[in-house]
Amino acid sequence: MKKTGAQIVLQSLQIEGVKVVFGYPGGAVINLYDELPNYEVKHYLVRHEQAAVHAADGYARATGEVGVALVTSGPGATNTVTGLATAYMDSIPLVVFTGQVPTGLIGNDAFQEADIVGITRPCTKHNYLVKSVKELPRIIKEAFHIARSGRPGPVLIDLPKDVLVDTTIYEYPETVSLPGYNPTFEGHPGQIRKALKALLKAKRPVFYVGGGAILSDAAEVLTELATRLRIPVTTTLMGLGAFPETHDLSLGMLGMHGTYRANMAVTESDVLFAIGARFDDRVTGRIDEFAPDAKIIHVDVDPTSISKNVKVHIPIVGDVHDVLDKMLVVVNEMSEEFQAFADSHDDWLARIAKWKDMHKLDYIQEEVIKPQYVVETICRLTRDQEPIICTEVGQNQMWAAQFYDYTRPRTWLSSGGLGTMGYGFPAALGAQVAFPDRLVVDIAGDGSIQMNIQELATAVQYQLPVKVIILNNGYLGMVRQWQELFFQKHYSATEMSTAPDFVKLAEAYGAAGLRATHPREVEATLKKAFSIDKPVFVEFVVAGEENVYPMVPAGQPISKMLLV
Amino acid sequence: MKHVIGVLVENEFGVLSRISGLFSGRGFNIESLTVAETDDPAISRMTIVTLGDDQIVEQITKQLNKLINVIKVIDFTNSDHVSRGLMLVKVSVEGSKRLEVLKLIEVFRARVIDMAAKSAIIEITGSDMKLRAFLDVLAPYGIKEVNSTGIVAMNREVKGRSRHKIKAA
Ligand SMILES: Cc1ncc(C[n+]2csc(CCOP(=O)(O)OP(=O)(O)O)c2C)c(N)n1
Ligand SMILES: [Mg+2]
Repeated sequence: MKKTGAQIVLQSLQIEGVKVVFGYPGGAVINLYDELPNYEVKHYLVRHEQAAVHAADGYARATGEVGVALVTSGPGATNTVTGLATAYMDSIPLVVFTGQVPTGLIGNDAFQEADIVGITRPCTKHNYLVKSVKELPRIIKEAFHIARSGRPGPVLIDLPKDVLVDTTIYEYPETVSLPGYNPTFEGHPGQIRKALKALLKAKRPVFYVGGGAILSDAAEVLTELATRLRIPVTTTLMGLGAFPETHDLSLGMLGMHGTYRANMAVTESDVLFAIGARFDDRVTGRIDEFAPDAKIIHVDVDPTSISKNVKVHIPIVGDVHDVLDKMLVVVNEMSEEFQAFADSHDDWLARIAKWKDMHKLDYIQEEVIKPQYVVETICRLTRDQEPIICTEVGQNQMWAAQFYDYTRPRTWLSSGGLGTMGYGFPAALGAQVAFPDRLVVDIAGDGSIQMNIQELATAVQYQLPVKVIILNNGYLGMVRQWQELFFQKHYSATEMSTAPDFVKLAEAYGAAGLRATHPREVEATLKKAFSIDKPVFVEFVVAGEENVYPMVPAGQPISKMLLV
Repeated sequence: MKHVIGVLVENEFGVLSRISGLFSGRGFNIESLTVAETDDPAISRMTIVTLGDDQIVEQITKQLNKLINVIKVIDFTNSDHVSRGLMLVKVSVEGSKRLEVLKLIEVFRARVIDMAAKSAIIEITGSDMKLRAFLDVLAPYGIKEVNSTGIVAMNREVKGRSRHKIKAA
């Protein structure tokens, strides 16, 4: 039977197992919206297209499935760019559908025309302009395949209006044929053996774990491998949750705002095993002094990540989960040798324990609320429920990373690569859609929350009981911190004394609002917020000029930290 | 160091801009780029001449391979290959210089394809080095215009078979 392009899109989504779509309508996609109620997929109407993409992204990070967004042409499409770039930098699988003017008008500066395929080429894993309805099923099939396989990423499909109206005989392909796309999944056995041999010789080994471990669902095997070999584990911002931070072997996060022990352990390591990480400059600091004595092993599904910034001695291209599984098999086969190895580096672990005692993550409690204390209290009150913690960007993000102990993968949703203020709230809505019964928290700054604050309406419309914790320091705090430390306190354009009354604002939207100004109110206010079955904004008026420590100044080696 | 890189791509809308965008977006250098269909109209072949140390060229080939529409990437630099470019040169040939220029053309096995009162258009094919040498010897006569296709390259056959099988799977 013949179907219209609009029907084909929706039917194909169903076949791909897509349950929800975040979107915003307009003229170019009106035919698709017209069909929408006839299909099982549930649509969430956001209040800004950027939020649609972030919500799809939050859904994808929380579930591991492909997130889907749908917007109209022109401004609808251009509004997705920040969301796409955010997902691209963090390798999040998305398929984003944009409307487009009819094929006959493309290139004519037609009303609401934008060359979105051209605009998003560098911030998508791949993108398509559909030129005929006949190509549509194949393109959708390919898009989902590309988004979720290899190193995941966002794929955009641009849908001219006539393609949505035209009809063709619908057949959804079972397989894809992409001669130029064949990501390596299985690690090379020879390289895996070589890596294990190098590990066996290590006296000061460290696992350096990035977001790839989460994306490939490798947390469990990683934890087993590290525990068996007694190798300490540090994670990047993107890797939080891949290894339980409550574990004895956890070093916490490394890098610019990493822990003292993580940065020291990496610097002094003799074998550094990078697992689904990409040696980002926020992690390595000054690159020629990063792990200077270490033999570096690197497993990553993306060959371009290997030896991009740091020369790798033993590269393994492949899926992190698959490679670690295979390593564990060898470890089991040679259990005596590896047991002897595990017992051989007590002095290294003792050294690390000493570093741990020397400079713990800390802050000084005062009469005014310290933002770290808020995060610590959230952790204490909620850790057992394994909530999903989202963040905005800035100091709030770093404190959320430092003062909450993540123990499970996909419970930490944060824009790492792009550092997108305004990401956290819509991402939290996406996560809450995926898990209606779990506690979802957005740890926010007073600046960031105002970047997508309109999504309060979405939260209320769909009764998504997300808890937004605003650490209101009256500043664009992270920039202010840099100005304080490196620009002689020249606070140019970072004071934000004019903010809305967040409590009233939340109430005006039909959500709940709470505020606390004194440390002794923090716990009770949080408990109250978590007990309200509604979206809640909780404003904590916190110390204005608190800084995030440790801090490695840009361009310095990570062993040179400014401490509290 | 100069590298000649061959790229087989799906002959699809927008592929050229994906490739040129990759070079500009990542700060890679393009000295020349040629593109045309192969014997299979579904596949095009590009030849890119780029400058960079080994690490940069390794990134370039990896990044090219990462593009969905790229089927194969060949770095010719360290293999036994031939490379050719075609160049048109308009050179002034006034008075007594005419014969001298014609002599040079013969030595380089170039061809005159247009002769006017004051200038000639010369066609020459050859390796990058030959083309540059030709320009050097013509320079004293007065070069008015140069237009070149850029380099295309191919590996030589080794022991009865092509060293790189370049047909798409
Ligand atoms: C969209 C966007 N614009 C600008 C920046 C630069 N930036 C990074 S942190 C920051 C300040 C964030 O302020 P706030 O949300 O109040 O968080 P705080 O650091 O105070 O906790 C800014 C402006 C950014 N990361 N994202
Ligand atoms: Mg702030």
